[in-house]
Amino acid sequence: MSKILVIAEHDGVMLNPSTAKTVSCASKIDGAEIDVVVFASSAKEIAGQAAALQSVTRVLTVERQENEHAVAAVLAPQIVVLCEGYSHVFGPSTTFGRDLMPQVAALLGVNQISDIMSVLSSHSFKRPVYAGNAILTVEAPVDQIVVATVRTASYAASGTGNSAPVSTTNVDAELPTHTRFVDLQSGATDRPDLQTANKVVSGGRALGSSENFEIIYKLADKLGAGVGASRAAVDAGYVPNEMQVGQTGKIIAPDLYIAIGISGAIQHLTGIKDAGTIVAINKDEEAPIFEVADIGLAGDLFSIVPELTDAL
Amino acid sequence: MEKILVGLKRVVDYNVRVRVKSDGSGVETDGVKMSINPFDEIALEEALRMKERGDASEVIVVSIGATEAQQQLRTGLAMGADRAILIESSGELDPLRVARIFKALVDREDADLVLLGKQAIDDDNNQMGQMLAAIWGRPQATFASRIELNGNTARVTREVDAGLETNEIDLPGVITVDLRLNEPRYVKLPDIMKAKKKPMDVIPLAELDVEGGPAIRELTYEAPATRERGIMVDDVAGLVAALKDRGLI
Ligand SMILES: Cc1cc2nc3c(=O)[nH]c(=O)nc-3n(C[C@H](O)[C@H](O)[C@H](O)COP(=O)(O)OP(=O)(O)OC[C@H]3O[C@@H](n4cnc5c(N)ncnc54)[C@H](O)[C@@H]3O)c2cc1C
Ligand SMILES: Nc1ncnc2c1ncn2[C@@H]1O[C@H](COP(=O)(O)O)[C@@H](O)[C@H]1O
Repeated sequence: MSKILVIAEHDGVMLNPSTAKTVSCASKIDGAEIDVVVFASSAKEIAGQAAALQSVTRVLTVERQENEHAVAAVLAPQIVVLCEGYSHVFGPSTTFGRDLMPQVAALLGVNQISDIMSVLSSHSFKRPVYAGNAILTVEAPVDQIVVATVRTASYAASGTGNSAPVSTTNVDAELPTHTRFVDLQSGATDRPDLQTANKVVSGGRALGSSENFEIIYKLADKLGAGVGASRAAVDAGYVPNEMQVGQTGKIIAPDLYIAIGISGAIQHLTGIKDAGTIVAINKDEEAPIFEVADIGLAGDLFSIVPELTDAL
Repeated sequence: MEKILVGLKRVVDYNVRVRVKSDGSGVETDGVKMSINPFDEIALEEALRMKERGDASEVIVVSIGATEAQQQLRTGLAMGADRAILIESSGELDPLRVARIFKALVDREDADLVLLGKQAIDDDNNQMGQMLAAIWGRPQATFASRIELNGNTARVTREVDAGLETNEIDLPGVITVDLRLNEPRYVKLPDIMKAKKKPMDVIPLAELDVEGGPAIRELTYEAPATRERGIMVDDVAGLVAALKDRGLI
């Protein structure tokens, strides 16, 4: 039987939605028993949120001061101790999981499977390679622990309403001090989170400035949508990096994605191929974005976007 | 700081539209343009700037793979690296093995800093730097968009999902770089000539005593599901109607 340990991602207060998606992936393995572990300085709140997730069998908490803003080098040795007896250890393929899980794999002496997008059996999975231009089926050895990250955009969050038991554990592991968290700067907004929003409006290089980007925010607010951007818009400094959608930004799967003044480079499309409906607004009728758009409108965004905002 | 090791992986150029082979055994690479992994070029640029500022004395580019990877190493030398090491191997290499090879080179060279890409754009693994840091028992700072060296420590700004996180690490250590760290320089013709005289060590993999991890078998490659081109609407009214039709607004 598969015994899966899921590493919870959180910010010290709230469980990140990536955890519910990772649990959802783990639950696709037949007969899996799923435990979620929360490493924190104070884990109670977060553990409660994890315990509410459907399919979770148990929640473990490991509370110690070092687990506040813990870096990978601090978490990995604790996970290695804790995962004894488990057949799988899963983390999300967010920057948190991608930073951490390969360390766990290396310390355990196994290879890691990155970005599981589909579960075929307890040891065989599909994952994207070449920026999603190919899908690779892989098979992990059955006599070894499987360490993997889960492509969160491929899974709906596991539902809530469960009340799994929570237990506190002590982990005896020596933790390094060579890596220190200094600070986190985030342009926190009240807008829906890009990675979980049902609707996302993104702007590209065509916006031309951060002032002009206001029309994107206005449209998004009217729709109750999250806001994203192409890499070109981020590089040009119109918006902060956490808004980037694509191969090297966020991979998202909203029901509605509106790409405005974005050409549709392959690296951008990688980030949105699981979106429900893609709308493209671009003045160039030949722009590659129209090849994947469900609804296209050719024209000048500076007149179309305000008009659309008013019409909603 | 004495030595910086930089990983340069030879990969299918990022402009190539990759196609899956009809028998599902891999992707087409015959006659396809190959380049330095774009993230690795940025890692090298950063190492060169460190050296130019007087923060390091030697930049060594390292590739693990086929004989042909010498081309990418030569490009690295032309950009300004001092010397190159190719660990030559014709077969598939698992990431843990690559990390262990880097660890062997770190020991051999007594490196102070290893600069890598955050991910190789072929396998999209995003693992190697983290694995290396773990087995080396040294710090890592992944997804770097800014690196500030202060003697024996480095302050690294990292592009994470929530924004920009700053970590301070003790050196030696591993830093993996993101795209916004810098813009790599162009190679000039005279540099290409000069690079021909720079040393390149070619070491057969068998000479290093490095084992791989238990293999994750690659069964088949397939093309991804494609999205169909949809409808074009004429104006905003048409767009609003189409969105209403689908129950999206
Ligand atoms: C390794 C690597 C990773 C990358 N990762 C990413 C990634 O994660 N995400 C990402 O987005 N990119 C990524 N890129 C960059 C990508 O290749 C493109 O350069 C980028 O997506 C282009 O952004 P853009 O569409 O905003 O700009 P452009 O390609 O310049 O397109 C601008 C578009 O706006 C249209 N336009 C101009 N004016 C108007 C107007 N007034 N009204 C309407 N339309 C107008 C133009 O017709 C054009 O189609 C990556 C590149 C590399 C090499
Ligand atoms: N075969 C290789 N040769 C040189 N560097 C490599 C190799 N494989 C991986 N790397 C380095 O490790 C980084 C991350 O690779 P990966 O974990 O495969 O996505 C790359 O950007 C390179 O800097």
